[in-house]
Order: sequence, then structure tokens, then C-alpha cells
Amino acid sequence: MATAEPLLALRDATVRFGDVVAVRDASLEIRAGESVAVVGANGSGKTTLLRTLHGVVEHTGTRRVSAAASPQAMVFQRPFLLRLSVRRNLRIALRLGAAELSTRERRLRAEEALARVGLQALGDRPARLLSGGEQQRLALARSWSVRPAVLFLDEPTANLDPSAKKEVEALLAGFIAEGMTIVMSTHNLGQAKRLATRIVYMDSGRIDADLPTAQFFADTIGGRADLFLKGDLSWSLE
Amino acid sequence: MSAVAESFATALRLITEADPALVRIVALSFAISGAACAAAAALGLVAGAWLAAARFRGRRLVLLALDTLLALPSVVVGLLVYLGLSRSGPLGAWGILFTPAAMVIAQTILVLPIIAALARQVVADALREGGDQLRSMGAGRLVAALLMLLHERWAVATLLLAAFGRAISEVGAVMIVGGNIDGVTRVMTTAIALETSKGDLPLALALGFVLLAVVALVNAVIALVPHARGVVAAENR
Repeated sequence: MATAEPLLALRDATVRFGDVVAVRDASLEIRAGESVAVVGANGSGKTTLLRTLHGVVEHTGTRRVSAAASPQAMVFQRPFLLRLSVRRNLRIALRLGAAELSTRERRLRAEEALARVGLQALGDRPARLLSGGEQQRLALARSWSVRPAVLFLDEPTANLDPSAKKEVEALLAGFIAEGMTIVMSTHNLGQAKRLATRIVYMDSGRIDADLPTAQFFADTIGGRADLFLKGDLSWSLE
Repeated sequence: MSAVAESFATALRLITEADPALVRIVALSFAISGAACAAAAALGLVAGAWLAAARFRGRRLVLLALDTLLALPSVVVGLLVYLGLSRSGPLGAWGILFTPAAMVIAQTILVLPIIAALARQVVADALREGGDQLRSMGAGRLVAALLMLLHERWAVATLLLAAFGRAISEVGAVMIVGGNIDGVTRVMTTAIALETSKGDLPLALALGFVLLAVVALVNAVIALVPHARGVVAAENR
């Protein structure tokens, strides 16, 4: 359930890459237990907004992070996996993100995460030899294993086939059901509708709409958001 | 039989019979170049990783200097180390001039820029691919860069082999700081130079064959690394 105190609050954040303004005056609050989908056309600034919220991109605004918003984790569209086994990738992630755990606890946590995403049998396989869907599941396991207070997902199913997409979505639905706070960018409006409690619509680097999911899909929002929903801007409801 | 053919025959006999003088020279060459490469790897890999990750004023200048040092002439290294270690030099008190230790120092200086510059390039490329994600997982800049050395271990192995090939085949620096003392500082390259100048071709040729075999072996291993890296290619598909 969403609470009054935001875990993360972004105010008037503008992100520039050279002459390009990727995000313009963005203000957004993320509360515990929310599942927020950031949608918009290609190049609208979804990924940059996500990275800004996660704190890995420099911006000109303010970003307030509550004590309860730590740790955070992010799953990228193309997860970077070290040329090591699946298991060692997980253990390194735990060493970096949960350094307070003992070696034994890290080992147990890694096995738990592998089981959670159904990769236990592939623990000794080179991570980079996994299929795209399995790699994304490993990336999810890596993030989930550090028990993030906020999990960011950048187009987590964009490069996956329908069956892998379904597997990843089922895992995400499980995380959300457990109360994990999730902020994800997606092109897939069907996915946003299924997983999110709130939709943030971006256009040309600006946040154009920020509404509860039911309201976003039911109402006429106006402007380019309507065009986007109709599929006249980019992508359609799957 | 001509003199050259006779020299070849004697050289092959020295190798097949494992002539003690030949074995001693080959063993010392491996020990010195191996120690130099180990020392240069310990310093150069960390320095290269740090240079790939760090952002500081004057970094471009440091990188330019490092790239320049790639072409460092071995005789210049020999001369500088000689000046440093000679009795009147700043490190003269160590008393290690004309010892294997001085030769290790010279070869370390010679291959250090090679290892550091190539490691920097390897790590910088890897960081471009996954640096952000490692940082997002909680790794600091240096930790992310060091993890990339592990990630790119095949490329690192290749560059270390290349450095070893450079060290074991150089002659100028070890000649100057080692002095080519029989049984003490005589290595393959200095022995070849000396025996050739003396006209004792069999030992020079035998050492030449061994050196050639060593360099060929290093190159073969470098060629095999990409084969092993077939796994890497599959991983990158």
C-alpha cells in the first residue's frame, strides 16, 4: 500500500547530454509499495528519467531519498553480465550490494535468488551463454537478491520473445505482490496496464501525465498522450 | 660439411643433449623475464584499470605519456637504470648493478607501460559496455574497473604474454645493467650477441633456436587464447 512519505522525490530535474535535453523539469514522487510504469514514445526520456531517479545521472534539480529507500537496484534493458558463471555473477552482486552479509549468508541468498527465478540448474553455466530470457531472469535475481527497497526496470522485456516476456512478467508480478516498490519504463502498454498501479507518461523529455493506471487508460488525457494511447505516436496496446 | 652446417648440427646437439650451459642461460632468461612480467603485471594492471576509471586533471597528458612510453627504447631503459644503480647513482647503495635483480628492474620498467596502456584500453572498452551497471550495483569506480580485468581475463592473458615476449627477446637493457657475466647475468639474448661476436656460432645458434621457439610458443599461446575466447565470442552473440 502506498504511504504518505515518498521514498524518492525528484524536483525540477533537467538532464542534458551536450545540446540534447533528455529530461526537462521533471518532478515525481515514488511511494513505498507503488508500481509505477513510465511510458512514452522512443526518445521521450523514459530511460533517463529512470536513471535520474536511481541517482546515476547528473541533473540540475533536487533528488530526495528517504532512509527507507535503500538499497536500490536497477535491471537494464540489456543486462551486463560478467564472463563468469551464473552463480558467481550473483555472489559478486551480493558482495557489492549487500556487503553486510557474511560469506555464508551471501551463498544462501544467491541460491535463494536462483531458485526464485528458476535458474538453479544453470548455476554453473557461463552467464553469457544463457538465452536472452534467462539472462534477464538472472539480472532480476541479481537485483532481487539484495532485497531492494526500490527496483528500477528499464524496458525489462523489450528484447525478449513472447514466452520469455511472460516469464519475466510473472516474476515481476510476484515481486509486486510481495510489496516491492517498482519503477519501470516500458513501451508495452499492455504490460503497464497489467503490472502498474500508476502511469507516468513522458513526451519530449517532459512528464505529460501522472495518473493511476485505471484513470490513465479510461480517461481522455488530451494531447499527444491520447495519440500515443491510440498508437498514432508509437507502439500499441498488446 | 660446411662451417654453417656444422654449427647447425652442433647447435641441435646442444639442445637435444640439454647442454648445462645452455640450460642455465635459458633458465635464467625465463626467471628474469618471468619475474619482471609478474612485477609489471602487479603494478601495470592496477594502474591501467585505475587510469581507465579515474577522472582527474591532466589525465590526457598522463595517457599521452603512457602511449609514448610504449615505444621506449630498451637501451634507454638500460642506461637510466644503470645511472640509477651505479655506485654514484641514487640507488647505488643497493649494490645490485650487474646482478639479475638489476635486470629484473630494467625489464619491469620496459614492459610496465605496455601492460598499463593495454590494460587501460581493455578496461575502458569494458567499462563503456557495463560500467554504469556495475556502478548501479554499488561498485565504486576502481572496483568496477578491477572487476573488468576479471571479466576480460582472456584479453589480459594475451597482453601479459605479449609483454613476456617483449621482455625475453630484448637485449639492450639487460646487456647494460646485467653486464653479461657468465653464469650470473648471461641470458639468451646477451649470450647470442657475445657468442656471435666471438665467432662461436653453435651456442649462439642453439640459443637462437631456443629463443625462436620461446617466441613462437608465446605467439602460439596468444593465437590459442582467441580460440579459448571462442567462448567469449559465443557469449557475445
